[in-house]
Amino acid sequence: MSDTPLRMNQKEPLVRISKQAELSDKKRMLLRLGSLLLALVAGGLFLLILGYNPLQIYATMVTGCFRSAMAIQATVKIIIPLLITSLGVTLAFKMRFWNIGAEGQVIMGAIFASYFALFCNTWPHWVLVPVMLIAGMVGGGIWGAIPAFFKVKFGTNETLFTLMLNYIALYLIILLRDGPWADPASPGFPKIARFVKNAQLDKVFGVHIGWIIALVLVVAVFIYLRYTKQGYEISVVGESQATAAYAGMKVQKIVLRTMVLSGAVAGIAGMVQATGSDMTLAEGVANGVGFTAIIVAWLAQLNPLGILLVSSLFGLMEKGSSVVESTFKLSADSSDVLQGIILFFVLAAEFFIRYRFTFRKQRKGGNEA
Amino acid sequence: MSDENKIPNREDYAIECCGITKSFGTVVANDRIDLSVKYGEILALLGENGSGKTTLMNMLSGIYHPDEGTTIIGGQEVVINSPSDAMALGIGMIHQHFKLVEVFSAMDNIVLGVREKYSNPRKLKQRIQQISESFGLQIDPEKKVYDMSVSEKQTVEILKVLYRGAQILILDEPTAVLTPQETEKLFEILRRMKEQGCAIIIITHKLNEVMAISDRVTILRKGKSVDTVATAETNEKKLTELMVGMPVSLEIDRPVTENRETLLKVVDLTVDRPDGTRGLDDVSFEIKTGEILGVAGVAGSGQKELCEAIAGLLKVKTGAILYKKENIIGKSPAEIIDLGISMSFVPEDRLGMGLVASMGMVDNMLLKSYRNHKGPFVDKKPARALAESLVKRLDIQTAGVDMPVRMMSGGNVQKVLLGREIESGPNLLIAAYPVRGLDINSSYTIYDLLNEQKKKNVAVVFIGEDLDVLLELSDRILVLCHGKVTGMVDAAQATKEQIGLMMTGSSEKEVAEHE
Amino acid sequence: MSAFSTFLAPIIQFLIAAILSSTPILYGTLGEILNEKSGHLNLGVPGMMAMGGTMGFLVGYYSNNLILALLGACVGGMLGALIYAVLTVTFMANQNVTGLTLSIFGIGLSNFAGKFALSQSGIGTLKLPDEINSQLLNIPIPLLCWIPEVGQYFAVNIFVYLAVILAAALSFYLHHTKVGHNLRAIGENPAAADAAGIRVVPAKYLNLLIGGGICGLGGAYAAMIISGGVWGSNFVGELGWIAVALVIFAAWKPGRAVFGAFLFGALRVLRYHLTNLILAPAALVPAWDEGLSSASRWASNSIPVAIYDMLPFLMTALVLVITSMRKAKEGLQPASCGTNYFREER
Repeated sequence: MSDTPLRMNQKEPLVRISKQAELSDKKRMLLRLGSLLLALVAGGLFLLILGYNPLQIYATMVTGCFRSAMAIQATVKIIIPLLITSLGVTLAFKMRFWNIGAEGQVIMGAIFASYFALFCNTWPHWVLVPVMLIAGMVGGGIWGAIPAFFKVKFGTNETLFTLMLNYIALYLIILLRDGPWADPASPGFPKIARFVKNAQLDKVFGVHIGWIIALVLVVAVFIYLRYTKQGYEISVVGESQATAAYAGMKVQKIVLRTMVLSGAVAGIAGMVQATGSDMTLAEGVANGVGFTAIIVAWLAQLNPLGILLVSSLFGLMEKGSSVVESTFKLSADSSDVLQGIILFFVLAAEFFIRYRFTFRKQRKGGNEA
Repeated sequence: MSDENKIPNREDYAIECCGITKSFGTVVANDRIDLSVKYGEILALLGENGSGKTTLMNMLSGIYHPDEGTTIIGGQEVVINSPSDAMALGIGMIHQHFKLVEVFSAMDNIVLGVREKYSNPRKLKQRIQQISESFGLQIDPEKKVYDMSVSEKQTVEILKVLYRGAQILILDEPTAVLTPQETEKLFEILRRMKEQGCAIIIITHKLNEVMAISDRVTILRKGKSVDTVATAETNEKKLTELMVGMPVSLEIDRPVTENRETLLKVVDLTVDRPDGTRGLDDVSFEIKTGEILGVAGVAGSGQKELCEAIAGLLKVKTGAILYKKENIIGKSPAEIIDLGISMSFVPEDRLGMGLVASMGMVDNMLLKSYRNHKGPFVDKKPARALAESLVKRLDIQTAGVDMPVRMMSGGNVQKVLLGREIESGPNLLIAAYPVRGLDINSSYTIYDLLNEQKKKNVAVVFIGEDLDVLLELSDRILVLCHGKVTGMVDAAQATKEQIGLMMTGSSEKEVAEHE
Repeated sequence: MSAFSTFLAPIIQFLIAAILSSTPILYGTLGEILNEKSGHLNLGVPGMMAMGGTMGFLVGYYSNNLILALLGACVGGMLGALIYAVLTVTFMANQNVTGLTLSIFGIGLSNFAGKFALSQSGIGTLKLPDEINSQLLNIPIPLLCWIPEVGQYFAVNIFVYLAVILAAALSFYLHHTKVGHNLRAIGENPAAADAAGIRVVPAKYLNLLIGGGICGLGGAYAAMIISGGVWGSNFVGELGWIAVALVIFAAWKPGRAVFGAFLFGALRVLRYHLTNLILAPAALVPAWDEGLSSASRWASNSIPVAIYDMLPFLMTALVLVITSMRKAKEGLQPASCGTNYFREER
């Protein structure tokens, strides 16, 4: 011992972490709501420092989304792909499969659907739309199956693999745009042709039918996860693959099947976005929705009904921030910042479900959640 | 680093703990515990699983922080905030689950975190060899930890503590993974350390070891320190009573059954692990109905592979597994379950396999039977009924059948698992380490459950680690070493030493000659 | 100019372009190596690069001082890393989700701040002061730049020199120092490191923050050099993700990261140099001129541009699969990566 080992009167640290009994469900909800409010306050402080009135900005965000039928329709249009993609990643996350590749799955869904929109657009509308939907699912499903295959076969890290697949898919669009699918009508500036009316999704209440598909999917995913054998299998595999194998489940098959489904649902989002919103296959068809969906799914605790709520909130923020931009000349990127702040606060709040800070002297209590 | 110059006075207290309290959430793990050890003394800390032994020692080594109480080391009151504080006070702990960096060499692990200048490797090696020799330890400093056997890893842990010049040594269940012979060698080393003036605390729940090694015993029960006695003035029976809180008979029944028939025959079975190493090597044996076949062996000798091969979870390389004369190799786990082969498999972590920790009892009941219901949906009604009846019949303590099983105590978790397996009416029941982590009363409930199955003419395979229990409960004992069968003995005649020798690779014949 | 020099020139130009293109990636990779060695898979690299780059750019813009700008870039990246460290080390939040959020947040904040500064400036663009731009010009590489005829091509900017020094320093730190050794132990098994007396939490914070600072410098490269000193939104683009991918490619070794980054950089600039590279041998053997010309025409006409962009990602995916197929026990991701450490966990 070089230094003297005995340190008399040494104090215990000012604050340390200790475990506590897990909070009840009700307290957890309150905790999350509280952290959401705190996040809004933090975001408000940020705006205040920049010299804006946060209340005014928040109010504009909300009213901006509801000021006209068109604004509401625009908001819903933003929500649809986010909602569907979030449902897709939920299937994978429930199985603890870190599918960061929803972005690519959305793109592949859009590419596959676009093939029919571009080259089979003379088919009867009522045949073409379902075919495009199925094509979207197949495209997304394939893109989900690839990482799952390598995961079950060799244990390849899915987080990074799916991340790579995102960009491969993105450059596939560009590859198609620059060559085989280039619009001959636009020789100087490569782009893919606008879909003909026959290949566009119908509108109900002024918004393409993607919103109906999304709502049906919310219910379907909810029932699938909660009440079916396959949903039960996903939960068991997510908890422990060893347990699942022990119970006689075919783990590899379940992982593959679930990832195909996860990708397929994301693929639907791509199909809906291309044929309902963009009316063409654009480079930005996914536009980060695959990443935001992960945040949405996490915030909603992988609960489909919660996802409906959270993705609506995020949609409002995104539409609202663009209204704020035009009114206050404040960049619409503020919605990304705000979404980030909210998740940071909620992530921090999760801590208090199981742990607490204990301060020196004050040994009991000290739960400042 | 050398501390030879300041060997403390033998009559001085190395550690005095007073009123130590620690709780985890709602669980009070330690409740006003007092404890003391002198230099040159070996104290056994005796208590059942869950009595708070490890928690208490983790506080001395700076892993946990006590809620209340005072600690006096070498006569001075101290606050231990971290393992480095503990180390500076000369306290070293050898944890039950080794804390080693797998990809580092023995040497790198030994010097890890030591605050001294990076000295040259040759000198380090010399220093390590010097310490090894003075305590009779054997180690190759260059060997990577992932290539080491359990007892080699333990040697590294001991060297780690000695290298830091610890005078107070804490060992948490050091013998759990050792053969009787290795245990004797470890005790020899501990005695040598004691002679050199070290204070040693050894955590255990094995009474014979307490009697063999310790000078005094402190007994913990349900988080409280019940008593401290001098080893010379007590006996195993008294200690048991103190530990359990009431007189218990330590006899395990071995009921006699008639009309035994061969149910499962394993022929020349060879299995490779997923990482390519050999798991089982040319293993042959048979199991009869109405008997308990014990399986003994050092941890990692092929027990896990044996279970998984029979359950269809691991690919068999060569050989056959005949169940009622039908080869079941190549059948899927689900088909094997349907044949009536049931496995309650409890690996290292209690909830790793067999139960889903975050699910309640109801969902866990469904684990193997959810397939039987027709249609795409899960039917939870029968599972709920089963869960409720198990709670009543096996006296399972739980706040509700939907409460996640991870929140239940170890004994109750084990009852849930075994209860479900037994309810499925198996012909062959494989129980791997079913009493690991349980207190004595729960352990006996489990032994009774297994005997009950045996009397129902079920063939039971019991994979155990406590040789005393194996010898009392089993009819025959299969001994595995490095995936090979080194013995198949009649439990009523065999001795612990014989099995211990076979566990380290001596064949049955060699053991017989050795006698 | 001699024929040999005419032959060498396009090759050297290509190599230098590859080095320049690899530099921002290398910073990101070095930063992420430190993160992963601390046991944290940080998917927030793009966010930290964006925050660092913007901070560096704005500090440079307002202060007209390159040193301050580089410090600003470090601090910006560190701020992002601090959020990540507080959430994952202290609050034990899920690493994947925290990292992804940091990426979205960081890029959003960077764009927001840039546009805000733009609106304050009153003119349509944000342009770095000339003084800084001149300091960021390529500096001749000693020794190599004295080679007759082709020496002029050997010049890289200050970021490149700094990156190579950083990589060497990190390599030394991880493999030849006590603290680096301790850090590797933390990444492999924090409980073992803790029990051995290493202060795990401070070490994690420190290394995560340094890693973030290094990522911030990579962001500064993207913000200040790639765009030619003019501010533009989303300047990090895919660089951040390539950096994360490259960590695997480099097997968590800073030395290998240098070569990996170079390879990726070469792929990214290959399309601009392909024609000249194919034509280069014609300087030595004039008879090949015609054949090479038609080959280069073929290459530039029939290889789609998107393929070049896709290659780094395809290669990383391939490396991922190959490394998972061969089951080595060393040269793998630090074992504790992805799981947080709490001393009192039971």
